[in-house]
Amino acid sequence: MALTKSAAETPRSSAARYLSNHLREYGMLLALVVIMIFFQIVTDGTLMRPVNITNLFLQNSYIIIMALGMLLVIVSGHIDLSVGSVVGFVGALAAIMLVHWQLPTFVVIPACLLVGILIGAAQGYWVAYWRIPSFIVTLAGMLVFRGLSLWILQGQSVGPFPRNFQALSTGFVPDLFGVDKPNLTALLLGLVAAGTILFMAARSRKRHQKFGMEEEPFGFFIARNGLIALAIIYISYLLSTYRGLPNVLITMAILTAIYAFLTKSTTIGRRIYALGGNEKAAKLSGINTERLTFLAFVNMGMLAALAGLIFAARLNTATPKAGVSFELDVIAAVFIGGASMSGGVGKIIGAVVGACIMGVMNNGMSILGIGIDYQQVIKGLVLLAAVIFDVYNKNKQT
Amino acid sequence: MDAILEMRRISKRFPGVKALDEVNLSVERGEIHALVGENGAGKSTLMKILSGVYPHGDYDGEIVYESQPAAFRGIADSERAGIIIIHQELALVPLLSIAENLFLGNEIARRGVIDWPETFSRTEALLRKVGLKEPPTALVDTLGVGKQQLVEIAKALSKDVKLLILDEPTAALQERDADALLELLLELKEHGITSILISHKLNEIGRVADKITVLRDGMVVSTLDCHEREVSEEHIIRDMVGRDMAHRYPERVPRIGNTLLEVSNWNVTHPLHADRRVIRDASISVAAGEVVGIAGLMGSGRTEFAMSLFGRSYGRNISGSVKLNGREVDVSTVERAIGSGLAYVTEDRKALGLVLEENILRNITLANLGDVSKNGVVDDAAERQVAEDYRRTLGIRTPSIFQKVMNLSGGNQQKVVLSKWLFAGPQVLILDEPTRGIDVGAKFEIYGIINRLADQGKGVIMISSEMPELLGMCDRICVMREGAIVGDLPAAEANQERIMAMIVKGQEGRQWH
Repeated sequence: MALTKSAAETPRSSAARYLSNHLREYGMLLALVVIMIFFQIVTDGTLMRPVNITNLFLQNSYIIIMALGMLLVIVSGHIDLSVGSVVGFVGALAAIMLVHWQLPTFVVIPACLLVGILIGAAQGYWVAYWRIPSFIVTLAGMLVFRGLSLWILQGQSVGPFPRNFQALSTGFVPDLFGVDKPNLTALLLGLVAAGTILFMAARSRKRHQKFGMEEEPFGFFIARNGLIALAIIYISYLLSTYRGLPNVLITMAILTAIYAFLTKSTTIGRRIYALGGNEKAAKLSGINTERLTFLAFVNMGMLAALAGLIFAARLNTATPKAGVSFELDVIAAVFIGGASMSGGVGKIIGAVVGACIMGVMNNGMSILGIGIDYQQVIKGLVLLAAVIFDVYNKNKQT
Repeated sequence: MDAILEMRRISKRFPGVKALDEVNLSVERGEIHALVGENGAGKSTLMKILSGVYPHGDYDGEIVYESQPAAFRGIADSERAGIIIIHQELALVPLLSIAENLFLGNEIARRGVIDWPETFSRTEALLRKVGLKEPPTALVDTLGVGKQQLVEIAKALSKDVKLLILDEPTAALQERDADALLELLLELKEHGITSILISHKLNEIGRVADKITVLRDGMVVSTLDCHEREVSEEHIIRDMVGRDMAHRYPERVPRIGNTLLEVSNWNVTHPLHADRRVIRDASISVAAGEVVGIAGLMGSGRTEFAMSLFGRSYGRNISGSVKLNGREVDVSTVERAIGSGLAYVTEDRKALGLVLEENILRNITLANLGDVSKNGVVDDAAERQVAEDYRRTLGIRTPSIFQKVMNLSGGNQQKVVLSKWLFAGPQVLILDEPTRGIDVGAKFEIYGIINRLADQGKGVIMISSEMPELLGMCDRICVMREGAIVGDLPAAEANQERIMAMIVKGQEGRQWH
């Protein structure tokens, strides 16, 4: 009772209260902006150069794509350590199919995604139906698939790939209007995306207001969505002055939208949160918790395979070392994005922003010529700081 | 008179709410002082201040302990002074032995090497004092809750306790274990140990307490001396809730219809030991508009029966038939059980009933998301409507349905669980200890909800360890003993003695069957 009262009777202004309750979400976005501005200044504007922004997306797309799947796995109360090895394995498999067997791209891509699904199913089966801790199952998977990629590549690098396969990663959306620069298609898509986001946000706010469930102050609403829309338009403008929109950016954006919708508005998303929050209660509410866990891993396997294809396409070669320690970046991104180790908490947008923070820091520090040694230290500290911030916030609330 | 403890004008604020407002508490040496009040009245907060969980400076007012002003900065400080608190959730390490638990953090050791012979002999002495006949090497895991409670008290004794604080010590105990615990408190009192007892069970308080302090909304309402004059339970309840509660169980005129649920020859074996039968040929039936109670000791198989029935959530080799409205139904998974029209409100609200991190709205719709969604997409507006309806009809007290259920009181949490199951649209509800750990006022509301359900023609099976509750609420009471139903009495013929006789002597109970 005491706490219920505290929420109702707090004398502070509603804006301040709202901010303190949602500090984490705004904090994330703000942190990303601050980090970008910081590197923009210290790199003398290199960070936001069109070519660098393009690279930033190419370099981080596979991390972001895997973070989408990892979020679901972590929200359901598990972890997947094998994704880095799966990236390597699927890349190797694609290389063998494309280069040695000369199979066409349109066969290889679905086949590789299917392999990813099967890998996810194989691991998810033991986790979901045999209740073997996911840490162990996927640790085993990490070793197995690393070993298998070494084996099928015979320790060699295999490449190069046909152009249409490379387009998966390094391809750009062609300019429909034929003018070379700036790329009007990119600019137009950026405007459409920004407009859609604003429209959806306004519509949802209106609907929420109708039922009196909107608590975000209007100023915050404008500032947040305005910032996002401007950022999208600005970035698409930057990209348009270089080579236009990278294909991976489109893939990534569409996947992000799909998974954000899945987690937020569908029954399956709702059930995954309940499963991670309290598995026994979810089970006793008639939810098939085993199947959901299984599906979370299947999905993760598929996204890891997609990431493997994109990564191989970007390097234009498959190496046995591909994807080493990717799992750590992906998991770090999800936790920086506010997910809870114990499951049940975390958002898709958080995971994406978390991955962007990691990506921008990687990129910025590389431009500055900071050694890989310091980079690792700094990344580790950022992860720790983000989680400490979470815990601090939580303690303050109770 | 010699006061061991004086808490003077204690106030404690949490952001936005005053949890304690100038509370005075005076405890005499060697007495058993009961502290009662509804959940959220401030009992636990007061005890946390006393034991140093909220350190000195975190509250206003002063504590005088053993005639000295006390300023505890943490539990270690208060324990050193001989104040020991035993929480409702026991703080024992399950996989360590009794001896290891007793001296945890306080080991009898020389230069870090434990002196086991000394540890064991001291453990034995302590266990004798609390009347527990278990070897010191027994793992705590293997003991029942009642015995674990005794281990906690032995642990307190090992620390030279002067003032023992017990927070709802009997909440999870069977009547027999609870009796033993209360006897022990009286015995400790003989040895000069002072106790503060927090409890919702007024009959227990009446038996052992010398004084009773009633808290309400962070203030002391009254301090009653049980030796000066007879203190009636009604009086205490009136002070606790601030209103007269002439009827502890709301009236209902039963309108019993056709038989809804019929379970026959239900057999279940233990999930790990295939040769142990947990439920033996149990049969039970509920009619529309009927409230059927299941009485029995903890471990008699009541919860196991309910859970095995509800989607085989417990046990193995389950056999028997389940009929709803005369038709055989499939209840082999939780989903199918819900689909057939069953609902099961679990005994353990927090561990099995709620997703604590999620808000009220999401908890309410969890078992029936299909009804607020289209093609797998949740309809926010419809969902909100449902949650608001239940908030209103069941009286869930909360500023908003977007509040996390973690932040609700026990009574309100239970209403959320009930809402979830009502929204699933069952014909028969199985309620397992629906009022455990809930204060008197909220209990009354839950009883009202149960009665309304019966009036709407639903069948209710109510499992409870509190016999007065069963007698006050049910139309018929079944008695369970060692996995078998040993008695089935109409409420009019039932009384506590008769039920107890069946529970302890199942054989004789059969005569009434």
